[in-house]
Amino acid sequence: MSTEKHSHPPQTLAQKLIAKAAGRSHVAVGEIVNCQVDLAMFHDSSGPRRLKPMLEELGAEIWDKSRVVLVMDHYVPERDDDSRRIVRIAREWAVEQQLPHVYDSLGICHVVLPQKGHLKPGMFCVGGDSHSPTGGALGTYMFGVGSTEMLGVVVTGQLWVRVPQTLLMRWNNRLKPGVTAKDMMLHMIGQFGMNGGQYQAVEFAGEAVKALSMQERMTMSNMSAEMGSQVGLIAPDEVTRDWLATTGAKDVQIDGWHTDEDADKLIHEFDAATLVPQVAAPHSPANTKAVTEFKNTPIQVAYIGACTGAKLEDLRAAAQVLKGQQLPAGVRLMVAPASLQDQAQAESEGVMQALRQSGAEVLPTSCGACSGYGGSIPDGANVIATTARNFKGRMGSATAQVYLASPYTVAASALRGSIADPREVLV
Amino acid sequence: MSKLHRVWRVGADVDTDQLAPGAYMKLGIQDIAKHCLEGVRPEFAAAVSSGDVLAAGPNFGIGSSREQAADALVKLGVKAVIAPSYSGLYFRNAFNLGLLLLTCKEAELLEEAEQISLDLNQWAVVRGNGQRLACDPIPDFLVAMVEAGGLLPQLKLRLQQQRASQ
Repeated sequence: MSTEKHSHPPQTLAQKLIAKAAGRSHVAVGEIVNCQVDLAMFHDSSGPRRLKPMLEELGAEIWDKSRVVLVMDHYVPERDDDSRRIVRIAREWAVEQQLPHVYDSLGICHVVLPQKGHLKPGMFCVGGDSHSPTGGALGTYMFGVGSTEMLGVVVTGQLWVRVPQTLLMRWNNRLKPGVTAKDMMLHMIGQFGMNGGQYQAVEFAGEAVKALSMQERMTMSNMSAEMGSQVGLIAPDEVTRDWLATTGAKDVQIDGWHTDEDADKLIHEFDAATLVPQVAAPHSPANTKAVTEFKNTPIQVAYIGACTGAKLEDLRAAAQVLKGQQLPAGVRLMVAPASLQDQAQAESEGVMQALRQSGAEVLPTSCGACSGYGGSIPDGANVIATTARNFKGRMGSATAQVYLASPYTVAASALRGSIADPREVLV
Repeated sequence: MSKLHRVWRVGADVDTDQLAPGAYMKLGIQDIAKHCLEGVRPEFAAAVSSGDVLAAGPNFGIGSSREQAADALVKLGVKAVIAPSYSGLYFRNAFNLGLLLLTCKEAELLEEAEQISLDLNQWAVVRGNGQRLACDPIPDFLVAMVEAGGLLPQLKLRLQQQRASQ
């Protein structure tokens, strides 16, 4: 045991995950290695409509269909001829290829994928979507790739990586009530900027992160994309194991998937106890300040949606604010649950009922208005959303002013008709 | 005698919008390439010759994941980019599209319009005065990808060879 310890230098979680995929015992930061892909995920927008013609040009087959997951979430429900055409290509290709893992209109890929038990600690995965780092919450090395790259994975099952340095974000102490993982992320993105991650491996750690539920951890890893990092990892623990047990994932192994004490890494320290709810102003997630700085900014539209902000726990948080309350006239609150599974659970807990009774409008579970694919964001409106990006025009209107915040803050702001500190509303 | 390459100098933090401007993204790659770097070097796209190299400051290719930011340089005939550091996503896309990126700490010593040669056996940029600027080695499989013209032609070739040998 001790000789083995001496023969391998200490490694970060990112190094260990890459080493396993590369069939090595150790990889060094900066080294470029070839990795075996455990799973490739793509959706109706990034997948079949691009991959099918390229595969046909090559006359190639999918390397391992059992390792491919297709999720229809971007253009569903179909709103026009273009979306009908794109979704039809995906459905027909899925049948033609006899893909074993297809989830059509069941929810957003980054939420459906782990809920269906596809992700486990130790895996190396790619997704045809920039929010693929969500999988890092389960101790999975997962990141987004471009269309040519995905073609390569689908044909060969392999992918090269340059072993990244790890930026360890250590959150000490505990979050106060009404403050969430979303607030932690907005705070870090505000501090480091959208390229602060430098395509490195960000790892979230510390007492506050360990205390987070799995879905809150997913929110953190999801938004690591907005830091410019390749992955956003969280070392698996009992929370991971217990959550995975509910998904039917088999042979879950969490031992060893952590950053060694002496591994070379850059550490940044944060105090969760003093963090207040954060809001990112238009038009960048890095444009973040404390919610108190935005007081009395009027809001006409509130959106609780997306892989980032409409999971079960996000819905529960919103309902906690809105239960027994009525939205004021002139405020429209739209809720698009991140998956049918989350929506069904929220129904059974009375969460959806509380939201509807407050006047919220429930939209289909899909990517929807987050990326301008569905829902309607009126021109010129002030919008507050639980989504990940507020780039100009992203939600479909170039003149809308989009603010990003946690589900608590979005719900509280909808209730007040202006950006509000949820801690004043929560009892 | 190794081939000589003309150097085009650009600064630090050249982003993907400078390489493939957003306003032209709906166009085909040949049209995007005409506007490559027009914000910083308006004459570049029209005057660059096949085999020229681009020397840049740190963080080359930051920003979007758009592959066209690498493909535009390929279509213009750029032989290589030489810079101290790159956006990781750009690094991936560049090799996938057949563009050689040399990571060279001293890239900024290179001067506009000077002639250099590339020693890809010993990973160095060789200046006219004989000065050698060391580059990070690139693994063989990535060199092979660039030589094939990117991932798609490489896959095509590999599959053809597999079928021929069957």
